[in-house]
Formats: sequence, C-alpha cells, structure tokens
Amino acid sequence: MTEVQKDFVQKRESIIIKGNVAAAYAAKSARVQVISAYPITPQTTVVEKLSEFVDNGLMPGTQYIKMESEHSVFAAVVGASKAGTRTFTATSGQGIFYAHEMIHWAAGARLPIVVAIASRGPAPPWNIWADFTDVISQRDTGWMSCFCAEHQEIYDEILMSYKVCEDYDILLPKFVSYGGFILSHTSKPVILEDQDLVDTFLPPLPGEEGWPHIWIDPKRPMMFGNLIMPSSFYYEFRLKIHDANIRAKEKIKNVAKEFEKIFGRNYGNGLIQEYKMDNADIGVIIYGDLALQMEQAVDDLRDEGYKVGMVKLRHFRPFPTEDIIEAAKKVKVLGVIDRATAFGCQTGGPVSCEVKAALHETKGTATILPIINGLGGREVSLEQQKNQLIKLVKYNETGELPKDMIHGTLWDGLLEVE
Amino acid sequence: MAYWRLNKGMVKLKEALESCQEEYFLPGNSCCAGCGLEIALRWAIKALGSNTALVTPASCLNVVVGLWPKTAPNFPFTNMAFAAGAAAATGISAAFKAKAYRFPGKIWDEMTTITFAGDGGTADIGIQGLSGAAERNSDQIYVCYDNEAYMNTGIQRSSSTPHGAWTSTTTKGKDRFKKNLPAIMAAHDIPYVATCSISEPLDLYDKFQKAKSIKGCRYIHIMAPCCTGWGFNSEETIEIARLAVKTGSWILYEVESGIMTLSKASRPLLDPSKRSPLIDYLSKQKRFANISEKDLIELQEYLEHTWKRLEADLTCQEQYPK
Amino acid sequence: MSESEKWKKINKSVKERPKVQEYKNWKELSPIPISLPIDGNMGITGDWRTFRPIIKEGCNKCGICWMYCPEGVIKRKEDGSFEIDLRYCKGCGICAKECPTKNIEMIRESDIKDD
Repeated sequence: MTEVQKDFVQKRESIIIKGNVAAAYAAKSARVQVISAYPITPQTTVVEKLSEFVDNGLMPGTQYIKMESEHSVFAAVVGASKAGTRTFTATSGQGIFYAHEMIHWAAGARLPIVVAIASRGPAPPWNIWADFTDVISQRDTGWMSCFCAEHQEIYDEILMSYKVCEDYDILLPKFVSYGGFILSHTSKPVILEDQDLVDTFLPPLPGEEGWPHIWIDPKRPMMFGNLIMPSSFYYEFRLKIHDANIRAKEKIKNVAKEFEKIFGRNYGNGLIQEYKMDNADIGVIIYGDLALQMEQAVDDLRDEGYKVGMVKLRHFRPFPTEDIIEAAKKVKVLGVIDRATAFGCQTGGPVSCEVKAALHETKGTATILPIINGLGGREVSLEQQKNQLIKLVKYNETGELPKDMIHGTLWDGLLEVE
Repeated sequence: MAYWRLNKGMVKLKEALESCQEEYFLPGNSCCAGCGLEIALRWAIKALGSNTALVTPASCLNVVVGLWPKTAPNFPFTNMAFAAGAAAATGISAAFKAKAYRFPGKIWDEMTTITFAGDGGTADIGIQGLSGAAERNSDQIYVCYDNEAYMNTGIQRSSSTPHGAWTSTTTKGKDRFKKNLPAIMAAHDIPYVATCSISEPLDLYDKFQKAKSIKGCRYIHIMAPCCTGWGFNSEETIEIARLAVKTGSWILYEVESGIMTLSKASRPLLDPSKRSPLIDYLSKQKRFANISEKDLIELQEYLEHTWKRLEADLTCQEQYPK
Repeated sequence: MSESEKWKKINKSVKERPKVQEYKNWKELSPIPISLPIDGNMGITGDWRTFRPIIKEGCNKCGICWMYCPEGVIKRKEDGSFEIDLRYCKGCGICAKECPTKNIEMIRESDIKDD
C-alpha cells in the first residue's frame, strides 16, 4: 500500500445523518476505488454525497464516473470490477429493472460488487416510496441481498458485505437495501468508525494482481465470457453460483461475529435477529424498517400479557433456511409479513412462500399466516402492527382466520372510502 | 491539440515488415475464410500493442474467438452484453486510473482500453452507451467494424445497411439510407474521429497509432466487407473494400479537434471524374443483384450529394476555422 | 490438491500456467469460465481448405500477401521470403488475388499428392 492511502482520514464520530448519507460514508470508509453514478429517487443523495467527497479530495484516487443510464452504471461497475478494483454504486426501483441484464452478468462473472438500494415500488402506477419488490425481484440472479432496519445498520452492513463478498470462496455481488424515504431521507445519529479500525476489519483489497479468478493484465492474457456448448461445462458453472450462495451463510455468520468483536454492535447471528422468541406462542417474521417498529409492538403486547415474539429477517439471499426452521419450532403460529409482492405465487408474498417451502419438511411445526402490508410506501402504524399481532393471537386461540383474507393471505390495511 | 507520432510520417510497407511481425490474434480461430473483421482487428492490435484491454459486445468478434477453454486473442479480452460495450470500457479505463493511483509506476498508466463493436452494437442497441461515453470524454478508443448488417445472427438489416441492399429482414431491398455514424460522433466534439477501410491497412495502422497518442474518447469506423453476408467470393474481400473507396461510397477522412482532413485514398475523389462508376462496386455483390434502376439512381444521387456537401464543409472550414 | 488450488494455477504468468485447462467435475472448476489464448483454438483449420496457396519462384518479397492475409498465417523468414503456415490457412485466396506479380497460385487440394 502506498503512503497516499493514509489520506482517508475518518476519526470515530457520531453524527446525525440521513440513511443515504450513511451509505455514502460506508463506501468512503470501505476505500472503494470506482463509483458509478446515475440519479434516481430515492437513492440520489448517495451519489450526490459521494460526488462531494470525491470533489473535495476526501477520497483520493477514487474514480467517480457519471453514466447515462442504470444499464450503463452496472456495465461500468462490472467492467471496473473485472479490472481488479473495489466498486460501489446505488440505485432503486426502475433502475434495477433497467439494469436487470447486467445484474445477471455480474453474478455470472462472480464479481464482488456491493450496491446500495433505496427500495421503491415498481411502476406503473408511478410510485417512489418504500417497497421491497425491486430488490426481491432479483432473487433468481444469484446476488446476495439483505434488508436494513436502521441507519446504523446501513453503514455497518455495507462494511460487512464487502468482507463477505470478497472472500475467495464466495465471490458474489450483494444488494444492501433499505426503505426509500423511510430510511433514506430521515436522520438519526450514526457512529462512523475510525478509518484505521475499519482497515483492520476490511483491508483495502484487491492487490495489484486483481481478484484471483478474473483479471485484465497484459502479462497474463485471458478471456472471460466465451461461448460454452451445452455438452460442455455450462451447467456446472451455473451450479457453482448456487453452491457459493449457500456456502455464504456460514461466512455471513462469521463476519457478523467478527464485527461484533471489533466494533461492539450485534446483529443477531447475521442472517436473522430474534427478539423475545423464547417462551412465545406467536411469532412474526418481518424485514426492513417495519421490523424496528414491530419490536415496539411486541414490547407493548408483552406488557399486556400476550406471549409474542419476532424474527427480523436480515438476509433474503442466501435464505436462512436452518435458522427459520429452528425459530418456527418455538411458536405455534408464525405470521410472515411481506412488504413486497410475488404475483401469482401461492401467497402473493415472496418471503412467505420461501418460509412455507423451508418448513415443508419439518413435522409439528408452526402454522404460517401470510401477511402483506405497506406496499408502495403505505404507512403501517404501530396500532396496525399491534392489531396484526392480536389477529395472530386470536387465530392461535380460536382457529378463526382473520376476516379480510384474500386468496389465503391477509392484505392488511386496504383502503375503504366512505 | 498537440500530438506526437510514433513514426515520422505514414508507415511504409517495408518498415511495417520489420516492426509488425508479431501476431496478437492467433490463427486457427473460427472466422470465415476471407473475413474482413479479422484483417481490421489484426492491424488495429499491431498498432496498439499488447498493453491493450479489449471489450467486445455481442457481435461476430464475440463468437469467432472460439469456445471455452481456448481462445484466439493473445491480449486481455472481455466479452460483454450487447448494449454495454462502451459503458464497460468506461469502467475498465476508470479502474486502470484507480489502479495507477494505488500502484504507481506500473503498466496501469499505459493501458489502452478499446471497444470493438459491430455496426449493430454501435448504431442500434449500443448508441446510448456510445453517446454517453463520448459526452463524458471517457478515455477509450471505440472502434466500429462495419459489415453493414447483423451478420452474426444471419444477415439481418441494421441501421448501417445501405439503401437497396438485400438482407433477411429486407428481402426487397432496404428502404432507408445508411446511418452516418462518423458524422454523429464528430458532432459530439470528441478529440478524434476517423474512418478506415481494410483495403488500406497501413492507413488504418497510422490512424490507430495516432489515436493511441491522444487522450479522451476516440472513434474509428472501419469498413469491413463480409463475403458471407454480401455475396461475393472470399478472395475478393480486399477488392470490394477498395472499390467502396474508389467509387466514393466510403470516404476516408479524419476529424481531429473539429478539423476534417481527407485521407490519401479519398482526396483525389473530390473531382467527380476520378470516381469509378458505382455500378462496378454494386455489381460484384449478390445482395445488390435485384437492385432496381430507381434504386441505382437514388444511390448515385445520394453519393454525389454527399460529396458536394463534403466539399462545401471543407471550403467552409478553410474560411471559418474553429 | 484442493479444488481452489487447482484453478488458482491458471492465475499465473504465461510461462508458469498450463497451456490448456483440464477439469474433471464441477468442484474442480474455476469460479468463472476463463479461456487462455492458444494457436488453433478451433482445431487444425487447414482442413477447411478446398484450394491451397503456393508461393512460386518469381516472388519479389514485396510483403503485400503478408499485409492482406486475414488469418496472419503468412510468415516472413530470416532471408525475407515468405512461407504459409498450412496448418491454419483457410484457403480464402486473398493472397493470390492481391499479389501484384501474380506469383501465388491456388491449387485444388485434391490435385495435390499427399507427402
């Protein structure tokens, strides 16, 4: 490492910043080398803040390229990562859909890219508010993905993600997503860590040789992306992507443990975070910013005597099957609350379908009640969440399903105009 | 804008014989016999040397390099999705700059990034990426090798197909005229735009050497006839390219910092009597076999009109220099 | 050796790495399909020929055939004369057509007696 690396000065401080700005600070702490930028609400502030950092000399040597569309943003990030640099970008909703082709490409090329997503609902109808359908719709591509519930979590998760992605046995890209406007445009105190401490946790990789599996180097000419016939190893290369995804579960847990040891903040076991699940009859699986509010609802209902608990789902890909099975053993009824849609699937909610599939083999496990709420940024109040829990309690006690079930799923909070 | 040339003046064949013996595109690949693209690539990489990273979106080049795990190019080479050529090259050249900062004094300062795309991947699906790269003056050489159709997927028409040509999706001859890509790129005010032909490989070599010495976005457009798609024998590839220049249908020129200069092979053709008859060029290709009288007249008029406009532009340039 | 060791051998300089990669099953594969440059990656493309180019005595070593050969199989020898690498020559005929002194002849393969 050259002496110039010492210019990334960041001393430990706690400042009140927006979620988007926390993501920008995380990219700065991670010493990313190439940033690719294109504006889209609600992610725009991430790239604006990074532009400020680069222009003011706070990230010496970092290349900030302003592209002309999200497809090009991802193509540039793929190209830069191939050439052997740590890369970062941010996008949302429609941008992800436009870049979908390149998202497949990045996973196939096994490039350790981390992308911050300020999730927003898909159009039409036009909507810019929190809804995780955009990130979840990329679940088949091979990217890892996770949800953040707090501003501090955004900063921490980006640092942890680089560590997981760049592991030589994993080498997969990752989405770090959080609710648009709810986390991206609200402010909370965030602790920014000392640069030297971050460097011990996350060394500035890669070295001059680039990543170990792909490189652009005249002394070792190689080509990636040839045609492979069906009779040759194409099938096997695709199997390796799934294999890496599943093996990432162990790595995520290890990195979360290491993070807690160095920085002192705990995020469950990395894949899920249980809250008052022990000696509970009712549980909910929930993700995103609503998980934070649900903790309050669980506390309030516990005070009233109900035995409820919750599981905050942190990672969607790789799906924490074993942990969900273990958590489901503790309760009798498990509500799965989605803030996204998977039209046409059994429940209409992607996570509830995956939970049902995970629990298929285990006998004597909890009954699932799928719930969907808050699409397109629809407000979900604390009262509403407490009512959801009460409905689950009633279902457990009387076996009576809630009244407004549609096709087997509770679509909570639908409007009724007088 | 100052530049320095590696050779003083145009390279001669005798000098090239001494200095350009190394082949970077290894033989035994799956190009057609007599492929125009291969001659273009061979001479382009001879000019740029081995410190080159090449990106190619979906095109013939993407596929002729062979099947995994073997390949033909003996320099760093990347395949890329169709619309992503120029954007990926932007990312690669930015990564080289970032690496040069972190690891100074190594080859990362001297790497050239080049995008080698077909006419479909440039004029149609790739034009957004190309225009974006040109606007931000991304440090790359964008090369379009023009075989005037989507040859890799079986000779479908592209916006670079000329009027009257047969393709599998314009079986009665194409209605519209050829998109003038070099003029579009010159309008982006990039430092260097040039057109080349495979019948003048040493001129191509010179233009690539000049491009290598300039920083910023450079665009080179090469006419590369395709014996399979245009309908002529494999031995006539060079002859067809030469006729394209001699009849004036393909004009060789450079636009450097806004100043246009005609290249040696095209300069005498400002005089209409020096141009070969267009029918010489069209009659040798099966794709123009069923061209009507009306089409021929339209093509002839279009050609004359293009040259008159070119003459007017050059005169205007003399009187009102930028 | 472990599976990741095997594929890391190709991440070496041209002299140290194997010419062609060999893998038995999915566990031994590198994470992505990378290809290494080699002569004749589609096999001996000389088999494609119907006609073979022969450089005759009157060649004046101008080098125009070398300049125009698409495949790059016309090589210049020490004494300045040219020879064609018949393993990979596809027999397109451009050299014969462009030769200014008409000293390259295209002879039908089936007419040539095998050595």
